[in-house]
Amino acid sequence: MLDSSDSYVTEDGRTIGAVVMEMKNITLRFGGVVAIKDISFDIRQGEIRAIIGPNGAGKSSMLNVISGFYVPQEGEVFFNGKPRPQMRPYEVAQQGIARTFQNIALFEGMTVLDNVMTGRLNKMNSGLLAQAIWRGKAEREEIENREKAEKIIDFLEIQHIRKTPVSRLPYGLKKRVELARALVAEPNLLLLDEPMAGMNVEEKEDMSRFILDVNDEFGTTIALIEHDMGVVMDLSDRVVVMDYGKKIGDGTPSDIRNNQAVIDAYLGVAHD
Amino acid sequence: MPEQLAFAMEVFFNGLMAGVLYSLVALGFVLIFKASGIFNYAQGVMALFSALTLVGIMEGQVPFSHIINAVFGTDIHHFGWHVPAFLAILGTMAVMVLFAWLVQRYIFRHLVGQEPIILFMATIGLAYFLEGVGDLMWGSEIKKLDVGLPQGINDMIDVTTYEWFGYGFFIDNLDIVATVIAALLVIALVIFSQYSKEGRAMRAVADDHQAALSVGVSLNFVWIMVWSVAGFVALVAGIMWGTKSGVQFSLSLIALKALPVLMLGGFTSIPGAIVGGLIIGVGEKLFEFAIGPMVGGATENWFAYVLALIFLVFRPQGLFGEKIIERV
Repeated sequence: MLDSSDSYVTEDGRTIGAVVMEMKNITLRFGGVVAIKDISFDIRQGEIRAIIGPNGAGKSSMLNVISGFYVPQEGEVFFNGKPRPQMRPYEVAQQGIARTFQNIALFEGMTVLDNVMTGRLNKMNSGLLAQAIWRGKAEREEIENREKAEKIIDFLEIQHIRKTPVSRLPYGLKKRVELARALVAEPNLLLLDEPMAGMNVEEKEDMSRFILDVNDEFGTTIALIEHDMGVVMDLSDRVVVMDYGKKIGDGTPSDIRNNQAVIDAYLGVAHD
Repeated sequence: MPEQLAFAMEVFFNGLMAGVLYSLVALGFVLIFKASGIFNYAQGVMALFSALTLVGIMEGQVPFSHIINAVFGTDIHHFGWHVPAFLAILGTMAVMVLFAWLVQRYIFRHLVGQEPIILFMATIGLAYFLEGVGDLMWGSEIKKLDVGLPQGINDMIDVTTYEWFGYGFFIDNLDIVATVIAALLVIALVIFSQYSKEGRAMRAVADDHQAALSVGVSLNFVWIMVWSVAGFVALVAGIMWGTKSGVQFSLSLIALKALPVLMLGGFTSIPGAIVGGLIIGVGEKLFEFAIGPMVGGATENWFAYVLALIFLVFRPQGLFGEKIIERV
């Protein structure tokens, strides 16, 4: 059993580090409905961690707890080894946790480049006056942010639509722009809410490749939600499986494949 | 040049200048509407309130003196000092920022996610509340506002046009100053929203709340900022109108003239507010000049609204507004 500060090397040669985020006994209720029931799991530095489960299992709720959009009634969130006080979503984002949304939340009125640049908002420190006079620090910052944005845009192969308003893009590209905006913030933890939902096979393959590349190139820790088992098994280092708000499995993809509870949840159990 | 044409030109320019003042009020509406989807009915009253506060601070008036005197049996009205215009403007601005914070903290924070009509009703309430507070705080008599802006006929234009056309144009210096200040204000606002970090955050919030949160923008901060900026715009409008026609409670009625301006220009467009204001200003003056005498005058009261009505029929999104396409 690994200790929370241990690190190990995966089969494909990537180093997985210590625990960055730990969820302890999280319970989330909406009125009488229990969305998440006493779930604990952790996310390690540099890994791709998947949360899977059938529809309505509470996966998105879990992601929303991590990103501060929902506040759990019970349980604690540890970030970098310290308990995290209750935070608003923008404060969580400022801590270096970036996310995408299941239904895409982009700034539809802005161009792709502008959208990506908003991902750098937290990296801008110069005051309004400095910006107004546009000298020194503010100018350096703007140039640096622009370079970072262009680099990510190149990386995700969306150069050709840099100046296109987002509202005109097809679904698959919008998903990629959203990923770019999250990535440009250089997050410690990247949360992807169903990055492949509603995509065709080709788009799914593209997105999978980008997720792997991002993890490989920048060493970004990624937690993602998906209900397509096949995709998840190929992508992730470890998988949490949820069903009806409860955790029914946690481990490597091969562990999960052989987990009877998971097989039952996905294929259904014969009631005899 | 025939006298009638020269006269029409003078009317045209005066219309432009009047339009600038409409634009200033409309601008405040657009700012808040863009960033928070709230149609702020209180924008006109904010202009009135800021002008009242400015005069009050400059004259060293004791706020709420009527109540204080009634409760404690005292007889105080003035601190007995005069504050220079520049400091008083800074002080008024501080009051408007405080107002923005209060409005956000005690009204709109509790109404996040409500229907637009509910937000609109809240601003109607706010308008009457603020008008009452303004009355209680500073009294209801008409006040003279003089922050040192030049006023009266511009001699240079008078003389020059007399030499050219044989007819001297009457253009008020105050109108020229108002135009210049409005132009600077708009340029500053556009630069602010396009190029500054805070402006980017503002545009982000205007576009999508969830997405803005996810990139680390505090909605609350942005909304307070936008209400403060709208307060500043209201102050500028209040100074111009107050200097021109005295600080009086009918000032809040100019908010109504901003409505047709917005219908013309579009509710979400800063340039739209400006162009809309100018069209209404020029339109109503020229219409009064050309058609007014035939129908017994006073067309300025209704012209703007009829023009807006025609616009609603043929181009409901306004000149610069975003066209709403409903996908089926």
